[in-house]
Amino acid sequence: MPYRARFGRKMECVSLPPLSNFAICGGTHGNELTGVYILREMQKHNVEKVGSVSITTVLSNPRAVDACRRYTDRDLNRCFTDDLLSSPITESTPYELRRAQELNAHLGPKGSEEAVDLLCDMHNTTSNMGLCIIFNSADWLILHICKYLQSKITSMPVRALQMDLPLSEAFSVDSLGKHGFSFEIGPQPHGVLRADVFNTMKEAVDLTIEWLQQFNSGRTFEGGEVEAYTRWKTVHYPRDPTTDEITAAIHPQLQDNDFKLLQPGDPIFLSLSGETVKHEGDALYPVFVNECAYYEQKIAYHLTQKSTLTLPSINVKKD
Amino acid sequence: VSLARFDEARRVAIFGGTHGNEMSGVTLVNLWVKNGSEIQRKMVDTKPFITNPRAVEKCTRYVDTDLNRAFTPENLSALGEGDLPYEVQRAQEINRIFGPKGSPEAYDVIFDLHNTTSNMGCTLILESSKDYFNLQMMNYIKVTDIRLKSLLKASIQLVECCFTSVNIVLCDWFIAGLEVGPQPQGVLRSNIFEAMRVILKHALDFIELFNEGVEFPTCTVEVFRVLERIDYPRDANGNIIAMVHPNLQDGDWEPLNPGDPMFLTFDGKTLHYQGSGTIYPTFINEAAYYEKQQAFVTTRRETLVASAIRKA
Repeated sequence: MPYRARFGRKMECVSLPPLSNFAICGGTHGNELTGVYILREMQKHNVEKVGSVSITTVLSNPRAVDACRRYTDRDLNRCFTDDLLSSPITESTPYELRRAQELNAHLGPKGSEEAVDLLCDMHNTTSNMGLCIIFNSADWLILHICKYLQSKITSMPVRALQMDLPLSEAFSVDSLGKHGFSFEIGPQPHGVLRADVFNTMKEAVDLTIEWLQQFNSGRTFEGGEVEAYTRWKTVHYPRDPTTDEITAAIHPQLQDNDFKLLQPGDPIFLSLSGETVKHEGDALYPVFVNECAYYEQKIAYHLTQKSTLTLPSINVKKD
Repeated sequence: VSLARFDEARRVAIFGGTHGNEMSGVTLVNLWVKNGSEIQRKMVDTKPFITNPRAVEKCTRYVDTDLNRAFTPENLSALGEGDLPYEVQRAQEINRIFGPKGSPEAYDVIFDLHNTTSNMGCTLILESSKDYFNLQMMNYIKVTDIRLKSLLKASIQLVECCFTSVNIVLCDWFIAGLEVGPQPQGVLRSNIFEAMRVILKHALDFIELFNEGVEFPTCTVEVFRVLERIDYPRDANGNIIAMVHPNLQDGDWEPLNPGDPMFLTFDGKTLHYQGSGTIYPTFINEAAYYEKQQAFVTTRRETLVASAIRKA
């Protein structure tokens, strides 16, 4: 990975093309309300251009938003792999697959020159994760945005999470943009709008737009280091071997302790009959602990490693 | 009344999944259906029961209509069988199995288990201030378990503004909605689950003691009497234009005084509580109530005297 600077040598400043269009998505999951309301406000105030940046607001899954459900047929935020985006549409195609292809035409096509420069998708989680910036591949731009937000936002912790899938396998809506990431803020129950979460999301979006303007107008953003959580490993709930029903809850000592290092021997599950299950193996950082939407796949949380990514200074490439 | 006498409570039902995504009750009842030893008591016939299995299967509040508002006299006598909304059919079936109210076959006590996204702790919802049996049970639980002393609250909803819930129609006296939060819909939190489990354990112990003839002396109980429902500020199209203010969010059971922040608009303006006196808000920012036009509910704090009770 070409991230670490050679010891003792400062990385050279990297020049990148300007970012003229920015798409902001909400309601990709219809019951994650913060993004829905942020979009509503932006649309009410006709936010279309801020300085050098054209802004497109997109309600990703209107049907799910109307029903206040995560999805109608299937999870929209898993529909953006290359395979699914090119699958033929028939009468029986689920709504979200159709919608994904519509969004691809509107904001992409994924991987092409026509794709929007930057795409940000707004999400909520029931997990106690504060503000997370989730991206697939860590390009300098996104890491600088992370660094900028981390330096400015004080209302809750701001952390970077990296998925690192090959682009063809990247499945979320933010993979449509040339650069893409999601804001994930929790804890917030699905179907609930908390003012503190709304205010932090608004601040994050405003700061992103502010960063884009400064970048486009020639400011050099100093390099440095960003910590990111990577190499996701999924942990499933203990289940009954015959019925496949979940037989334990997240242990009270793990509940709400996302990003707190989990050591071997630490409790992770408390079974319904009162037994404690302990973590075995490497010391790792848990994320998405007790996220509501993951019960469907019986996922309890993911484990990650912490990496330090080194960034060069960046500025906009002048013609 | 210095001593109230009631018939023994022989048949007790524990309902879970009245709302299919309120996971503590769903999980407890499923557990007890498989192995009911924990809820067995001498001379008590305890039946755990999932009231809305289709909603539980889909992990949704309801399929056609809210079961906990479905027990109207019209619904219970409606004809049409399979054409009726699912929850209306369920209400009729539940009424057949556990009721009807006033008949000798009706169950004596029903616990209906719920969760809320509001920061309400453990709340017992009663329909009447004369509900001495439940007031005594609350007192017993608080006295028996020091952890629950401050955690357990009682809320009385006046019958008129109370909805036609599962329990109101079925039992003559011993009806208790148990609401525990905060917990997101669809999520099982271990601490919330264990709190509900412990409360029910003590509640069943109380019933057993009562049935054995123990007299519970008069006691005073603090309750919160529901006054009114406050909706979100909305625009002409019915869209919400403000959120529960951060100062009020999570402040269930804390005094809200006239002039205190109540809502925060999307562009940062604070709206203040304009009432004439201090109230105690609850059900603050409950997810299911957005569609019922309810941001929170106001209550008045009262001290009730429960008369002594003993088995007849």
